[in-house]
Amino acid sequence: MSETATPATGVSKSLKELDRAVIRFAGDSGDGMQLTGEQFTTESAWAGNDIATLPNFPAEIRAPAGTLFGVSSFQLQFGSQRVYTPGDRLDCLVAMNPAALKVHLGDLKTGGLLIVNTQAFDKRNLDKAGYAANPLDDPTLAERYRLHKVDMTALTHEAIKDLALNAKEKDRTKNFFALGLVSWIYTRPLEPTLEWIRKKFGKTPSIAEANTRVLKAGHAFGETAEIFGEHYAVEPAEMAPGLYRAMTGNRALAWGLLAAAQRSKVPLVYGAYPITPASDILHELALHKRFRVRTIQAEDEIAAVTSAIGASFGGAIGVTGSSGPGVALKGEGIGLAVMAELPLVIFDIQRGGPSTGLPTKTEQADLMQALYGRNSESPVVVLAPATPGDCFYIAYEAVRIAAKYMVPVIVLSDGFLANGSEPWLIPDPATLPPIEIGFRTEKDGFFPYLRDPATLARPWVRPGTPGLEHRIGGIEKQDVTGNISYDPENHDHMVRTRAEKVRRVAQEIPPTSINGPATGDVLVVGWGGTYGAITAAVERTRAEGKSVASIHLRHMNPLPPDLGHILREYRRVLVPEINSGQLVRVLRAEYLVDAVGFNRVRGLPLASEEIHEAINQLLGSQA
Amino acid sequence: MSPSGADAKEAPKYTKKDFESDQDVRWCPGCGDYAILSAVQKAMPDLGIPKEDIVFISGIGCSSRFPYYMNTYGFHTIHGRAPALATGLRLARPDLKVFVVTGDGDGLSIGGNHMLHVLRRNVNVTILLFNNRIYGLTKGQYSPTSELGKVTKSTPMGSADRPVNPLAFALGCGATFVARTVDRNIPHMEETLKRAAHHHGAAFLEILQNCNVYNDLAWNVMYDKEQKVQYELRLQHGKPLLFGPADDRSAVIMDGVVPKVVKAKDVPESALWTHDERNVNAAKLLADLFAPDFPIPVGVLAAVEAPVYEELMLQQEQKAISDRGPGDIAKLLTSGDTWKIS
Ligand code: SF4
Repeated sequence: MSETATPATGVSKSLKELDRAVIRFAGDSGDGMQLTGEQFTTESAWAGNDIATLPNFPAEIRAPAGTLFGVSSFQLQFGSQRVYTPGDRLDCLVAMNPAALKVHLGDLKTGGLLIVNTQAFDKRNLDKAGYAANPLDDPTLAERYRLHKVDMTALTHEAIKDLALNAKEKDRTKNFFALGLVSWIYTRPLEPTLEWIRKKFGKTPSIAEANTRVLKAGHAFGETAEIFGEHYAVEPAEMAPGLYRAMTGNRALAWGLLAAAQRSKVPLVYGAYPITPASDILHELALHKRFRVRTIQAEDEIAAVTSAIGASFGGAIGVTGSSGPGVALKGEGIGLAVMAELPLVIFDIQRGGPSTGLPTKTEQADLMQALYGRNSESPVVVLAPATPGDCFYIAYEAVRIAAKYMVPVIVLSDGFLANGSEPWLIPDPATLPPIEIGFRTEKDGFFPYLRDPATLARPWVRPGTPGLEHRIGGIEKQDVTGNISYDPENHDHMVRTRAEKVRRVAQEIPPTSINGPATGDVLVVGWGGTYGAITAAVERTRAEGKSVASIHLRHMNPLPPDLGHILREYRRVLVPEINSGQLVRVLRAEYLVDAVGFNRVRGLPLASEEIHEAINQLLGSQA
Repeated sequence: MSPSGADAKEAPKYTKKDFESDQDVRWCPGCGDYAILSAVQKAMPDLGIPKEDIVFISGIGCSSRFPYYMNTYGFHTIHGRAPALATGLRLARPDLKVFVVTGDGDGLSIGGNHMLHVLRRNVNVTILLFNNRIYGLTKGQYSPTSELGKVTKSTPMGSADRPVNPLAFALGCGATFVARTVDRNIPHMEETLKRAAHHHGAAFLEILQNCNVYNDLAWNVMYDKEQKVQYELRLQHGKPLLFGPADDRSAVIMDGVVPKVVKAKDVPESALWTHDERNVNAAKLLADLFAPDFPIPVGVLAAVEAPVYEELMLQQEQKAISDRGPGDIAKLLTSGDTWKIS
């Protein structure tokens, strides 16, 4: 929030203009905080704001109520200007119980708005959260924050006391009280949520009625209660004109595949085994059979990748998706696709690791796995989307490259992009580059490993094509003929050829766009979901008059052909990553530049504030 | 039944030669795989499917070299994964006739999970499992079908794990076609291969195969003339379970719920066990019979109809398309909650 919050003074209900705000809804897993956050996001999208979101929930499906590890939260930043991240520090925190307060209070700005549901602060919940005394009774809380104690549970029950629902059903609607209240505070339109209630509970009118009433009660409470002295307006952001929708990364990946299937006119087979945070891609694709997208819920990760390879061998687009642990299991299969030179797309929705790690939290530590995590020389193309909406284009591009070069393509998304959403300018699919798939049918001069001179791709032949019967496999083969070969010189040649084929994908990469001056003191190089945090930090530093630029890599392998040149135009190179320094190693090795890393591996997105600090430190250290 | 799309095309009149590839066959001289290859090539013309519509998928192991020697489409994949790969292939291309060639190690050890699921899903593939009770390609370690106490390089004091019975495994997985044949019984092998290849759904055919280098005569009970006469039980649908020398026939009958061997002449005809391929429960009992206490059944243990995975999946796709028309990404992108910024 650009303006400092001032304590409420009276009942004037003044409307104050903000250019951005960061809000977090936090409560028990069962309190419906994700839904509350999503609805607030939709309302803000209607209000024309730019938005970035950060859902954060426990790995346990039904974590014990009231516990610290059972806390679920949803954060978003919305603004009248470009919003790059879900925000670092909170302007407003809604805590539905003591555990939520304990976990999240530290992120609230001094003077920030703190709204708590008092009824949840009973002895049992206080014990579970580890509070010896009720923190709401501590006067320093109200001194430091603009504390609003609201008995949401009682107000909710009061609003629907005449409805024939049981206490539990009534209780469940209290998140909409919070939503209504915060919607009033930030003057959000209620229409999208009312519409949502109508659609969702069309078949159970009493539940629909309850939610509607509670939402409105929350809103009215803000308006009439004496405690809220002012509320805020955030003007619509200046965004490119056009039709927008909210888009999450996982849905965007799925829809990118649908677009690719339709454009290529080839069926797509998606093999997957359920895994957090990638499963939603499988769910989404399973809804769209009309696109001739066929999903296999495979028996394991290995079957998921090999069934996709089988589909590619058959002339379909084979895609598999997982998270890091699953991609580790797919390694041998990916190697087979490298060897058989078949198109294959692999989604890796990175999460905290190693092993089971932090299944629901984000990380960027699978870059090395994607680049090198297979036996022997096994080069593949690696792409990384920068924002949730970018996942659409990256998925499409992955299919295009895989089919054109007959090569596996790994897409590195992450938990933050997967579940986070942003307002997304809907593209005209006709403007996407064509995916040209030309199956070979010509018998004359055919060999399975004959190569296209420009791409080095071998011909893709659909079984069923008369006269082109041939055998391929994982054993080393002679170039051109594809016959099994153990010849030392041929193997060396094939190792180089497979690498060169991947290298040639560089001809597909557009010139790198530089955010900032073309030459200067510091270049920040990012990749993946840190795009927003880096861009915000760099813009802030530049606003302070410093010579700082950033670039964001979407092609991790091969790297953009102009990258080496760009890196040398700056005195220092900073590489922020949510890992212990993976891209920075690649850059140092590839270009012999003295790049330094900024690394935090907490399962959370990087904060733009800390990147800003790191840039300044680097600027200072060279002075 | 042959795969749907292939029906449309008329297959040329083939001979065995049409299915021989130009590659040199590289198994050890004397290996049982040669006989199987020859039988498969001979059975192919009978399918009536154009050879470009036939695909052989294999994993890793001696048996898995098979696709290179067939003049059809082929894919020599990675260890144990052929059934999973074939599942994806069938879903993408239900018009192709797909064979999976595997071994006891490939199909029942490293790939046991995929074997379970391809059978359970009833994917329309013909699975040929060459069972030689040994790891040949890695030079002679015991396999999951090796007998308890098997002495090999990796088990100098004998193996400590009990073998899996491929037929019982397949039936337990819900396979809709389960059969056994022997590499040295060429006519039986050809006949059973054809049955398996014509089955609609996942067909599981165990082929007892000799690895003359690392496990010679492991199936001697089926090779040795005298023992074969004694133990071979030829399963024939609708015929009683009779075996043994012509002049001294034995019968397998049910004693309560327990199979039992008796002299045929000692029991009335009504007490004989009549083989019924449609009776999967009976097949499960048959699968466990083995020498020396019982005869060794060869032929088709079970052949039943069940829904085929990829056909159900593609029916859903067809239904989605006929109900709501083909997918349109432009429409999808603008569906649901959208807002305009001007
Ligand atoms: S090792 Fe055994 S199974 Fe393998 S080819 Fe030689 S004889 Fe045949």
